[in-house]
Amino acid sequence: MSDHDGGPERSDVPEVPVQATPGVSGGGAPLLAVESVSKYFGSVIALSEVSTSARAGEVTCVLGDNGAGKSTFIKMLAGVHRPDRGGIWLDGTRVEFGSPREALDAGIATVYQDLAVVPLMSVWRNFFLGAEPRRRFGPVSLFDVAAARRITREQLAAMGIDVRDTDQPVGTLSGGERQAVAIARAVYFGARVLILDEPTSALGVKQAGVVLRYIAAARDRGLAVVFITHNPHHAYPIGDRFLLLNRGRSMGDFGKDEIDQAELTRLMAGGAELEELAHELARTDGAAPPDSGARASRLLAEDADELGRE
Amino acid sequence: MSTAEGVADERLASSSVLRRLLVRPELGALIGAVVVFVFFAVLSPTFRSPAGIANWLDPASTLGIMAVAVALLMIGGEFDLSAGVLTGTTGLAVTIIATRFGLNVWLAVAISLVLALVVGLFNGLLVVRTGLPSFIVTLGSYLVLQGLNLGVTKVLTGNVLVGGLVGRHGFSSAHLVFSSSVVLGGTYFKVSIVWWLVLTALATVVLLRTRFGNWVFAVGGDQVAARNVGVPAARTKVLLFLTTATAAWLVGTITALRNTSAQADAGVGDELTFIVAAVIGGCLLTGGFGSAIGATFGALIFGMTSVGIVYAGWDADWYKLFLGAMLLLAVFANRLVRRYAERRRG
Ligand SMILES: Nc1ncnc2c1ncn2[C@@H]1O[C@H](COP(=O)(O)OP(=O)(O)O)[C@@H](O)[C@H]1O
Ligand SMILES: [Mg+2]
Repeated sequence: MSDHDGGPERSDVPEVPVQATPGVSGGGAPLLAVESVSKYFGSVIALSEVSTSARAGEVTCVLGDNGAGKSTFIKMLAGVHRPDRGGIWLDGTRVEFGSPREALDAGIATVYQDLAVVPLMSVWRNFFLGAEPRRRFGPVSLFDVAAARRITREQLAAMGIDVRDTDQPVGTLSGGERQAVAIARAVYFGARVLILDEPTSALGVKQAGVVLRYIAAARDRGLAVVFITHNPHHAYPIGDRFLLLNRGRSMGDFGKDEIDQAELTRLMAGGAELEELAHELARTDGAAPPDSGARASRLLAEDADELGRE
Repeated sequence: MSTAEGVADERLASSSVLRRLLVRPELGALIGAVVVFVFFAVLSPTFRSPAGIANWLDPASTLGIMAVAVALLMIGGEFDLSAGVLTGTTGLAVTIIATRFGLNVWLAVAISLVLALVVGLFNGLLVVRTGLPSFIVTLGSYLVLQGLNLGVTKVLTGNVLVGGLVGRHGFSSAHLVFSSSVVLGGTYFKVSIVWWLVLTALATVVLLRTRFGNWVFAVGGDQVAARNVGVPAARTKVLLFLTTATAAWLVGTITALRNTSAQADAGVGDELTFIVAAVIGGCLLTGGFGSAIGATFGALIFGMTSVGIVYAGWDADWYKLFLGAMLLLAVFANRLVRRYAERRRG
C-alpha cells in the first residue's frame, strides 16, 4: 500500500494485506485508487481484495477470463454495485456511489459493450441522449438540434473519428465506430475516468485496432482509462498498468516495467494449468517441441479470443 | 470481412440520398395517401369537390388525433389497446354527468378528462412497475372499461344510448369548441380537423425538437441503453400513456358533443384501427421508430378510403379488405426500411 503516496487514508481501509506492487513510481498520486475491494453475491465471492490504480493520461488494463470478475470490478467503479469491503478513492478522497448517476457526476464514465447506444437513432441524437442541449424559443425550450449536430461532428473529428454523416442511425455504424462514438461522448461530457468494458472483444483485428487508437486518443487528452479485456495482445501495447483477475482474485497488479507481454499472456492463459494440458497433448501427439507449453497457451488464448467475437 | 466492407462502403456512399429518403418513416404513408387520393379523385368528381374533401377529412380527423397519440406511444415501445374503448368511456362520462347529474357540460368535460388521466396513469404505472407487456396490461383495461361502459350506463340510465345533451348548461359553448364547423370558401369543415392538424404539428415538434421527444425514441429503441445514459424511462412511458388517454378524452368529447349522445359500445374495436394507421404511417411494432406526420397520413388514407368507396358507388364491405391489404403492404415496406436502416457496415 506504500506505493500510493498521498493516496487513500489508511484508517478507512480494512486491515487486509494488499497486493504488493514494488517498483511502481509514476508521477504523483493516482486519480483513481482502488484498495482491497471485495464483492459477494450471496455465497458467490465475485471479487476478493482487489486493488489497483489509474492515473490521468494512463491506461489501466483489467484482464481476466470469463467470470473472473472484471465486470463486477468496473460496476463498483461505475456506481452499479457497492463494494462489500475496501474502498475507492478519487483524487485522494474516498468516494461511495449510490447510483451510476453519482459516479457520472464525479467524472467516471462507463462505456458498456452493447448498451451504450440506441441503434435506430442518429449519431447526433445518441451523442446527446440524456444530456440534450436546449435553447429557448419564446416561451418554450427546445432541443437545440443545430448545436447538437455541430458539436457531434466537431467532437468526433477531434477524436480522429470519421463518421461521414451524423444523421445516419448508429446501427449502421460498425462496432468499432459505435464504441468510438460512445468514447467521444464520454470525453465531451467531461469524464476524467473512462471505463471501457471489453470494447474490443466483439471486433475483428482491424476494428479492434481502430478502437485501441481511440483509447489512446482519450488517454492523450488526459483521461485515466480503465480498459477491460481478456486479450493480452490488445492490452499490452496500450496499457501502463495491468490488473490480472482470476476467479475473483487478483493475480497481480503490475506496472508496465514489471511484466512483459509473454508473461502477461502466460498468466492470462492460465499458466501452469495450460502447461499441464500442453504436456498431455504432447504425449498423445508424440512429437511436441520443447516450448509446446507456451505454444499451446498462445493457441488457446487465440481460440478464446475467437470465441469472444460472436 | 475486410473486402466485403470496402465494397459495401462504396455502394452506400453513392446511395446515401436514397437511403436518407427511405429511412424517413412517413414516406410510404405519404405515397400511399397520394395514390389513394388520385385513385378516388379520378373515379368520383364528388370526392375531389370541396364538400367531398370536407366529408373525408372528418373521419380522418378523429382517427388522426388518436393515431398521432398512439404513434408516439408506439415509438416509445408500448401499445394501448384500451385507447379505443376509452373514447367511449369519456364520451359516456360527459353525457351521463351532464344529463343524469345535471352538471355544467364544461364541468362534465373536465371530470371526463380526470377519468381518462386516471386510466392512462393506471396503464402506465402498471406497465413500468410490473414490466409486463403493455399489450397484456392494456388488453386487461380494455376489457374492464368495456364492461364498465355497458354496466354503469345500464345501471344509471337503463339504456345503452344516453342522449339529451342539447340545451344543457354550457352545451353550446362546448359544442362550439369541440364539434362545430368552420366555413371555408362556402364549405363547412368540422373543427375537429383543426384540432387534428394542430396536434399533429405539436406532436411532430415534441418528437423531433424536444428533449422529451429524444427520450421517446430512446426508450422505444433500447430502454436499457436509455436508462444507462440517464433517461428517465419510466416517467417517459407513463407520460406517453397519459397522452393517449388525453387524446381519447378529446375524441370522446368531440364525438359525444357532435352526436349530442353517447353509446355504451362506442369505440370498441377502434384501438386496432389506431395502431394500423400508426403502422401505415411508419411506426415499427418493436418501437423506436416512426413519426406523427406518418400517422396522420395513415389516418388520411383511412378517411379517404371509407368515404371514397361510397362515392365510387361500391359496397362498403370492400373497405376492410382494402385496409387489410394496405396494412400488409406497409408492414412489409417498413420491415425492408428497418433492415436497411439497421444494417451494419462492419
Ligand atoms: N448480480 C450478480 N449476482 C450474482 N452473481 C453475480 C452477479 N454478477 C456477477 N456474478 C458472478 O460473479 C462472477 C464474476 O462475474 P463478472 O464480473 O461478470 O465476470 P467477467 O466480467 O470477468 O466475465 C461470476 O461468477 C458471476 O456469475
Ligand atoms: Mg464481463
